[in-house]
Amino acid sequence: MVAGGRTFTGIASALFLRNPNSMEAGVSTLNPGTLGKPGVTPVRRRKFIETLLGSGFLATSIAFLYPVLRYLVPPRALDLGNDSVVAGRTTDLKPNSGKIFRFGNRPGILVRTASGEFRAMSATCTHLSCTVQYRDDLQHIWCACHNGHYDLNGRNIAGPPPRPLEAFEVQVLGEEIHVRRRSEA
Amino acid sequence: MAMFSSLRNWVDERFGWNELIAPLRKKTVPRHKLSYWYFLGGITLFLFIIQVLTGILLLLYYRPGATEAFESVQYIMTQVQFGWLVRSIHSWSANLMIFTAFAHMFSVLFLKAYRKPRELTWLTGMVLLFLVLGFGFSGYLLPWNTLAFFATKVGTEITGQVPLVGKPLMVFLRGGEDVTGATLTRFFGFHVAVLPGLATLLIGVHLLLVQRFGISVPPRLQAEWMAKPANQREMKFFPNFLLRELMAWYVALGVLGALAAIIPWDLGVKADPFVSAPAGIKPEWYFLFMFQTLKLIPSKVAGIDGEVLGILGFGVIALLWLLIPFFERDHASRTRQWITGIAVFALAYITGMTIYGHFAP
Repeated sequence: MVAGGRTFTGIASALFLRNPNSMEAGVSTLNPGTLGKPGVTPVRRRKFIETLLGSGFLATSIAFLYPVLRYLVPPRALDLGNDSVVAGRTTDLKPNSGKIFRFGNRPGILVRTASGEFRAMSATCTHLSCTVQYRDDLQHIWCACHNGHYDLNGRNIAGPPPRPLEAFEVQVLGEEIHVRRRSEA
Repeated sequence: MAMFSSLRNWVDERFGWNELIAPLRKKTVPRHKLSYWYFLGGITLFLFIIQVLTGILLLLYYRPGATEAFESVQYIMTQVQFGWLVRSIHSWSANLMIFTAFAHMFSVLFLKAYRKPRELTWLTGMVLLFLVLGFGFSGYLLPWNTLAFFATKVGTEITGQVPLVGKPLMVFLRGGEDVTGATLTRFFGFHVAVLPGLATLLIGVHLLLVQRFGISVPPRLQAEWMAKPANQREMKFFPNFLLRELMAWYVALGVLGALAAIIPWDLGVKADPFVSAPAGIKPEWYFLFMFQTLKLIPSKVAGIDGEVLGILGFGVIALLWLLIPFFERDHASRTRQWITGIAVFALAYITGMTIYGHFAP
C-alpha cells in the first residue's frame, strides 16, 4: 500500500507539476519551482504521459480488435461424415455411367465403368473446386468449369487440374455400394 | 417561385448556401471534340444511384440463406407486382455500370486525365472499379442458383491460391471451408452493407477531387491552348454541362428500361452442392477474360501451378495499373506513349479474350 501510494504520488506530481496554461498554449511552460528538482525534467514528464496514453490507446484498440478478428473467422464445421458411406445401390447405375453422392460435407463421384466395375473418388476438381462429372462419350471424368479431364483412377490426364482426384475404396455388399476413404499406410 | 426563393433565403441566412455553391457556379468544363467522354463518369454514378434504389426495393422481399434465397427471388419475380422488372433493372444496371466504369477508366487513360495533380482521383477511381467488381461478384451469388454457386466456388478458390494469405482469406470469404449458406450470408452482408458504405465514401472523395482540380484537358490540346489562348473554349458546368449530362442519364435510363423489359434477367436453377457443374458453365462477361486466360495456362509452368502463376500475374498487373500515374516522372511524353500503348494492348486483350471466352467450347 505504501509503495503503491508513493507511486501514485509520483504520477500525480508528474501530472500536476506543469503550468496549467501550457495545455492551451500547446507548449510546456515550466513551473519555475520545479526547474531545480533533480530527475524531474519536462521531457521525461511529457514522454511518461505520452507513453501512458499511447499504451492505453493501444491496449484499448487491441481489446476491441482481437474479438472482432476472432469473430470474423468462422467456427470449424463438424465433418459429420464417417470414413465410410453408402454411395448408392448397384441398381442405380448402368454400365458406362456415373453419379454424385454425398461424402460428409463434400461431393463424391461413383462411376460404373463400361465393363461394369465400380470406382469412387472425390468429385471436387483439384483445379478450382468445381464438381466433376462422368462423360459417357469420353468414358472418363470431366470438369465443365475449365475443361479438366481425369481417367477412371482419378488421374489428371488433360487440362488444367494439377493433381489427381482422391480415390476411394469401393466395396459392394449385396446391393449396397459402400465407399470408404483409403487408410494411409 | 416566391416560396422557393424565400426558403432559399432562409437556408442562405443560416448556412451561407450561396457561398457553399459558389465554386459550383464558377466551375467550367473544357469544350473540345472529345468532350463527350466526360459523360462516362456521370453515367456510372447515375447507374450506381439506380442500383441503390432498386437494391433497397429488392431488400423488401429478399431473404438471405441457402433454403430461402432462391425461393425469395422467385417470389419477387413471379408474385410481387413489377418484381421481375425491379430485379431485371438491378441486374442490367449492374452490368451496364461495370461496362461504363471500365469505359470511364480507359477514357481517362487515353485522355491522360490521370496525370499530376490528379493521381489521387485515379487511385480512388481504381479502388471504386475494384469495388464495383466486388459488387458484381457478391451480388451474383445472392439468387443462389447453380451458375452463381460454381462461379463463387471458383472465384473464392482463386483467392485461396494466393500464397500465404490466400487460405485464411478464402475461409473468411466463404464463412467456412466450403461454399455454403454461410457464404451466402456473408456475401449478402458485403453486398448490402460493407461495399455500399465504402463505395459511397469513395465516390464522395472522388467527386470532391474532381471538383477541386477541375476537369482535365488532354495534354496536346492543353499545349495548343497555351500557345493560342484565343482558341480555348469552355462551358459552364451549371447549367450547361449538367443539362447535357442529364440528357445522357435520360438516354442511359431509356437503354436500361428497354433492356430490362425486353430481355428480363433469368433466374436459373436452384444451387445444389451435390450436382456436377453443368457443361458450358462460364462466369459473367466481366470476369471472362481472366477465366479464359486461366483456362489457357497449362497446369504446371516451370514447376509452379498454372493458376498460382496466372493469379499472381493478374494481381501484379492490377497493382501496376493502380500506380500508372506515378510512372510519369521524367520523360513524361515518352512515358505517356508507353502508357497509351499498354492501354491499347490491354483493351484489345480484354476485348479479344472476352469474345474468345464467349465462343470457346
